[in-house]
Amino acid sequence: MSVLEQEVPGVVMTPDNIRTRKLPPAVNLGVAVAALVVAAALVLGLGIGNWVLVIVLGAAFYLGGLFFAAGRVEGVRAARNRTMKSLIYAACVLAVLPLASVVWTLVSKGASRLDGDFFGTSMNNISARDPMGGAYHAIIGTLEQVGIAALMAVPLGVLGAIYLVEYGKGRFAATVRFFVDVMTGIPSIVAGLFILSFWVLIVSPYFNDGRPQFSGFAAALALAVLMLPTIVRSTEEMLRLVPGPLREGSYALGVPQWKTILKVVLPTALPGIVTGVMLSIARAAGETAPVMLVAGGAAAINFDPFAGNQQSLALFVYQQAGDASKYAPARAWTAALTLVVLVLALTIAAKLLARRNKLSR
Amino acid sequence: MGDYPSRSDNATAGDLGVTSRHAQGAGAGVYPSSNDEPPVGGGGALPKKARFSVETAFRALSTAAGAMVLVIIVAIAAFLVSKAVPALQKNNGNFLTETTWFPNDAEPVFGIAALAFGTVLSSLLALLISVPIALAIALFLSHYAPKRLATPLGFVIDLLAAVPSVVFGLWGRDYFQQPVRDFSIWLNEYFGWLPIFGGEGPFGQSIMLGALVLAIMVLPIVTSLSREVFQQTPGMNEEAALALGATRWEMIRTAVLPYGKPGVIAAVMLGLGRALGETIALALTLGITFDISFNLIQNGGNSIAANIANSFAEANATGRGALIASGLVLFAITLVVNMTARAIIYRRREFRDSAA
Repeated sequence: MSVLEQEVPGVVMTPDNIRTRKLPPAVNLGVAVAALVVAAALVLGLGIGNWVLVIVLGAAFYLGGLFFAAGRVEGVRAARNRTMKSLIYAACVLAVLPLASVVWTLVSKGASRLDGDFFGTSMNNISARDPMGGAYHAIIGTLEQVGIAALMAVPLGVLGAIYLVEYGKGRFAATVRFFVDVMTGIPSIVAGLFILSFWVLIVSPYFNDGRPQFSGFAAALALAVLMLPTIVRSTEEMLRLVPGPLREGSYALGVPQWKTILKVVLPTALPGIVTGVMLSIARAAGETAPVMLVAGGAAAINFDPFAGNQQSLALFVYQQAGDASKYAPARAWTAALTLVVLVLALTIAAKLLARRNKLSR
Repeated sequence: MGDYPSRSDNATAGDLGVTSRHAQGAGAGVYPSSNDEPPVGGGGALPKKARFSVETAFRALSTAAGAMVLVIIVAIAAFLVSKAVPALQKNNGNFLTETTWFPNDAEPVFGIAALAFGTVLSSLLALLISVPIALAIALFLSHYAPKRLATPLGFVIDLLAAVPSVVFGLWGRDYFQQPVRDFSIWLNEYFGWLPIFGGEGPFGQSIMLGALVLAIMVLPIVTSLSREVFQQTPGMNEEAALALGATRWEMIRTAVLPYGKPGVIAAVMLGLGRALGETIALALTLGITFDISFNLIQNGGNSIAANIANSFAEANATGRGALIASGLVLFAITLVVNMTARAIIYRRREFRDSAA
């Protein structure tokens, strides 16, 4: 007679006690309502807060009550599982709230100055009482600085990644790789201070009769310092995904290594490299601090990145935010919206490109 | 056997004379004249290595590009030191312990103490708020959410990491400040007996506002890094835990979290690095005072980076040097934090690769 067939006295094998028991959804809902009612009564009765406190306290009571109720029905382990799940869901809701608020504020406040004037004029001769004025000069500045920065950082970054993947061996390559990672974390303001002390204060006087000079090019240098490690990292990752047989096939045909890299490896990895470059450009376009330290900001249009102060979109937002004019906040929000649209468009395009990339992990 | 001479006996076989580098025929069997050249036995038909070629040039170029990173890091330290030292020599106070910041006076007195304190306090507070939430979201994305929801949500989180800090700063100052002020008044009324919530006001532009804004900014970074780590948990570990009867949370606690721990620590430290260096968001939201105070809700607070942004415009030569000196301190702090984080990641990678 097997164990299964033995009768255990007092236990009847029904579906109820061979499955684990579940807390009915109605009880779950009941606990939620009760928790809210208790919280509301407590908060409003004692007058210690408003509806926000009711919700927070209600959520806490709900978690406690759920743990208790589920613990009675399902056992402590299942109750703990349930509570952690609720906490994790609650954290998601909590995180979405401020982010939704940021987006809503940005769109609602930023829309007020979305007119042709904003994109067609600069802040030249705009006094504190003028409602007009725009960000044309700032958009020009951002595009020029980011463009020059990309021109410097992209070749350097891609070549650096080629070194790390194709040529680098041993301790030196490991050191370079380590410091590329470390460089990713350099604060933008430190990059700004570096270009300030190197380019603006030491090098630029040679081009400007001995006087230090702010310029858009200096800002581009600082942005390039910030972009370089991101480009190296993303390119390196992409080059590593290029299949080895592709390289070997090329070598077998007698193609030298440099030609293999340029004609076979790079084109294969190109979509991924472009994605990384676009992400780093998006990050650089949003930087405020380095531009403020080395380009100085300006009210007028300056097309020449090599001489004189230049504005950028992010810096424009910051300066208008600190401006005392009652029209400044509207300009700041519209510029912020423009900046976010620019950055997000680049980012989304990069991500979509990455999705179409055939070389993926 | 031996009826025909072997091919290699024919000294001219394979001597195609394609280029000047194909000088010798196969089987010449000559020893190389110098150690640089490969033995030219049967392979003599292959091209010899040229002393200078595109290959050498390309290799040198890419090596130089790789070395550029080291050059830049060293240059940052060198140039910051060169500009900071003259200002530090004019300083009449102790740079490390002084809390005031008057570098533009005729008798400059300035110190990093209050600024460094504010930087560390606001960053740690921001991490304290954001790390639990970020880990919860990462777990939600990797282990709870259905794939249809997890993919777009992860996409949105990645997008948020790209939003410029000045936008968060503007939002924090113009919009978020009011709720935080109300909350601060409430905290002060009921928890005023705690020193961190004490004080007479005014409230609002406080360490708390700065730390909350920072927390929102750090959240996407910590989330996306730890989500990646959690997703790499070996499926067999998870299945083994589930097969032993673990609930989902027990599976996460016993299989996912221990596996992801080093990665999570590294993600948190990278978030810390970003929080420490954050400039504009804090320049817009903090109250900018120069004192060391643990009070979180009264107007006040400052950080190294925010101070640079705020006082740069009216700084003279000494003032600029002083700001560069403070930037050097920030550079050193973030360098240490980042190097620690990377060292953890590297050790974990070696461990994982050798285990695989």
